[in-house]
Amino acid sequence: MTTTVPSSVGSALDRVESPDKVTGHARYAFEHSPRDVAYAVPVQATIARGEVRTVDVDAVLKCPGVIAAIWYANAPKLAPADNPELSVLQSPRVSYRGQYVALVVAETLQDAREAARTMKVEYATEQHDVELRADHPGMYRPNRVNPNFPADVEQGDPDAALAGAPVVVDATYTTPAEHQNPMEPHATVAEWDGDGLTLHDSNQGSSVVRDTVASLFGMPPANVRVISPHVGGGFGSKGTPHPHVILAALAAKQTGRPVKLAVTRQQMFAVTGYRTPTIQRVRLGADADGRLRAIVHEAFEQSSTLREFAEQTTTPTRMMYAAPDRRTTHRLVRLDVPTPSWMRAPGETPGMFALESAMDELAIACELDPVELRIRNEPDADPESGLPFSSRNLVACLRDGVRRFGWTDRDPTPGVRRRGRWLVGTGVASSTYPAYRSPSQASARAEQDGRFTVRIAASDIGTGARTVLTQIAADALRTSADRVQVEIGDSSLPTASLAGGSMGTASWGTAVVRACEALVDELDRRGGDLPAGGVEASADTTEEIKGRQRFARHAFGAQFAEVGVDTDTGETRMLRLLGVFAAGRIVNPKTARSQFIGGMTMGLSMALLEESVMDREFGDYLNHDFAQYHIATCADVPDIEAFWVEEEDPHLNPMGSKGIGEIGIVGTAAAVANAVHHATGVRIRDLPIRLDKLVR
Amino acid sequence: MRPFAYQRVTDAQAAVAALGERPDAMYLGGGTNLVDLMRLGVVSPDALVDVTRVASGTIEDTAGGGLLIGAGVRNSDLAAHPTVRRRYPMLAEAVLSGASGQIRNMATVGGNLLQRTRCSYFQDVSKPCNKRQPGSGCPAVEGDHRNLAIIGHSTACVATHPSDMAVALAALGATVHVEGRNGARQVPMPGLHRLPGDEPDRDTVLEPGDLITAVELPALPFTTRSKYRKVRDRASFAFAVVSVAVALDMSDGVVRDCRIALGGIAHVPWRAELAEEALRGAPATAAEFARAADAELAQARPLPENGFKVPLARNVLIRTLTDLVETP
Repeated sequence: MTTTVPSSVGSALDRVESPDKVTGHARYAFEHSPRDVAYAVPVQATIARGEVRTVDVDAVLKCPGVIAAIWYANAPKLAPADNPELSVLQSPRVSYRGQYVALVVAETLQDAREAARTMKVEYATEQHDVELRADHPGMYRPNRVNPNFPADVEQGDPDAALAGAPVVVDATYTTPAEHQNPMEPHATVAEWDGDGLTLHDSNQGSSVVRDTVASLFGMPPANVRVISPHVGGGFGSKGTPHPHVILAALAAKQTGRPVKLAVTRQQMFAVTGYRTPTIQRVRLGADADGRLRAIVHEAFEQSSTLREFAEQTTTPTRMMYAAPDRRTTHRLVRLDVPTPSWMRAPGETPGMFALESAMDELAIACELDPVELRIRNEPDADPESGLPFSSRNLVACLRDGVRRFGWTDRDPTPGVRRRGRWLVGTGVASSTYPAYRSPSQASARAEQDGRFTVRIAASDIGTGARTVLTQIAADALRTSADRVQVEIGDSSLPTASLAGGSMGTASWGTAVVRACEALVDELDRRGGDLPAGGVEASADTTEEIKGRQRFARHAFGAQFAEVGVDTDTGETRMLRLLGVFAAGRIVNPKTARSQFIGGMTMGLSMALLEESVMDREFGDYLNHDFAQYHIATCADVPDIEAFWVEEEDPHLNPMGSKGIGEIGIVGTAAAVANAVHHATGVRIRDLPIRLDKLVR
Repeated sequence: MRPFAYQRVTDAQAAVAALGERPDAMYLGGGTNLVDLMRLGVVSPDALVDVTRVASGTIEDTAGGGLLIGAGVRNSDLAAHPTVRRRYPMLAEAVLSGASGQIRNMATVGGNLLQRTRCSYFQDVSKPCNKRQPGSGCPAVEGDHRNLAIIGHSTACVATHPSDMAVALAALGATVHVEGRNGARQVPMPGLHRLPGDEPDRDTVLEPGDLITAVELPALPFTTRSKYRKVRDRASFAFAVVSVAVALDMSDGVVRDCRIALGGIAHVPWRAELAEEALRGAPATAAEFARAADAELAQARPLPENGFKVPLARNVLIRTLTDLVETP
């Protein structure tokens, strides 16, 4: 172990599983077909509030191929769940339209689907309420917001500071409900073997699914195995198990058959989470030179009656800019709607749309360049906690972006640049995302043939996790990446945190490094003498993470957008999008670029297109397919570039990395909206920026 | 599963006869809309009669100087055809603006004319819809109708026709060749599609068993100066919010003749006869184009959430006509 191997971290290693993916060898959850498998198709409530009275089970059982029809009255009883969404078929209560009320299991998917379609469900219907309003009488202050922040934070006297500020911006912004829509819909294949349950499942964390399912079925976690080698995207919607996972396991238990359950795209609009719509009032008080005196950011959001999910919309405002007097609040109303959940950068994404739009409005009010305004309000330490930042390079990102984008000679006058029939404008916004880390375990094994195997129940949801862990392990083992095999996506591997909160690489990478270090120590101790069967070492980072120093740890970025707005039609099209990010050490420039531009693409899609339309009469998200819920196509994605500044941060993790899965979407929508204002002189405060808001 | 029979026929009479024997059968062309509707449960035919081998896949010159397009011609072939591109550019542009490359490769001319509305309520069998289930109601009037009709709609239905191609054909005054139980006949466009009235379940004037065999374009020399403009929320793969097909015959700065149709605003591809009338003999200026647009759109009765389509249609009409004047 004395030879010097070039560092693998930092190199643009191709995805290690890409040959499997392009040749179809990579298997996704639904492609797993146990012998004698049956198919389950759920039935969804067609009322938004009330109770299931009866289900005509006998009629369904007469349908061809049907094995079982399960509903509240005949479903196996589950142990109580922390998340009431998961208590499927345990109550006749209907809490939102689209909630699962029954399940058909049949010999084929077609039989199951047809029987489910014809199943007669009778309801006792109650009046529903599905409309989010800031003045809704049911608005309340949640105890905590996701994942565990105080709902309200106040420092100083923001009302007095606002009253005394020479310049005040006071504006209300709204963002619609949006759905994550990963390419691969949710799917679970459940198979019981005595008291043991195996799930092939599409998720962002097999350890989490294992623990949750085991608890509901009253079993030790060791009895459940969750296998998820390849996952076609999640964006938060697969972060924790949704009810279909339980349904699949329950159906397999009831029928004694392995059961496949695939959630359809249409069903996903009710049962796999979404981003809450928000109403946000932002007030900024500043001196004439743009220095902030007061920041007040109030968010109004929704959750279901079933479960409180309170998104942390205003938390980025707590740490973005310096201002002595500040207040950030969250109010929530429980409506008869599906339960919202995580969607790529929950909180930061809608919150920063409002804050960064308001900053643009303030720059105009102060006649100040919007980049300069942000630099002028750069804090020395975290304004909320007073803690030092482990590193903060927002200003470097802004300055680098100014240079690369060609911002310097920008004329701030709105509505004056024409290119043919297009009005053209540019906008800027800041990005930020916390650098989290969670405890994980990993093992590393030296095989007899000189190769290494690293095991951890991490998830690669399309991000490149398997590849970067290979690189991280190679460096820690002082070997080359092609001699390292990383096994992930299986709950029988050492327990790991989930792929969420942009913390996968930091959390898993730490555990992998520690396991590899322990293995190297062990090998050194043995002096290169490898016993038959190899040598293994393992690590658990719980203590390391608990004991880390207190810092404010966040990634930052700056996004620059150029748009054209058609003078006749109001159609807005992206011309250019450029992001510069400061996210610690970049482990793999190739997969990192994909993460950044993927996030930015999702951000421009949010800015211009995405909206889940709530139907007030029926209480569901009406536009529940890809023909109606518009996501950016290739033609909508312009010249898009992502760069990063070199950032050394010794206070993060052994890799010196910050998460990059989510920061790309944060701030994009504000940069686009600010560019639309610069192009047209029209300030759009309600997303998405569609032509009906601009046509005159 | 819900079984259905599948039958392939090779001539029009056999197709019509096949449907005569099975009243719940439907013709299958490219399947790009019908198969979706079957999956959604919106339609459930007991048999599909595949007519892709009946319907001619050729495009031929007619004796009268027009063009006869077989109903089985795929959308991508129609858009790429040199004569179509040269003599009827609005038609090629309209077809190319629709759907995606893959769908255009499958979709047929006959099927394109008969595609159903993409109204959310029509496509969701858990909700009422007069078009899908007569008498059940129209939730779109009070619900989401941003993308729906502003002209010619009724209290029973506010759906729009989704086709781009049909808008160009309505402007061109195409003739639809139909084989039916009483032999062959021809249906003019506009005239194939019908306004909803109190029978919104009927999209067209076709009778049960009728099969579209071809679409004939008239010889209309000035259509070489024609254009299709589609306004949409997304840069590609999205239905028109509003679209316009226009052809202009000008001399000495005066409009001698014109053809105008609008898409995305009505239950039918909307031929703008009032605008055409206002323009004939008028100077080809933006002011006259605006007057013509206003003449047509005076009939508009937008719903609360789609009033923007009125200025949008006006602007696009004026702009597209102006662009045509400036086209060399």
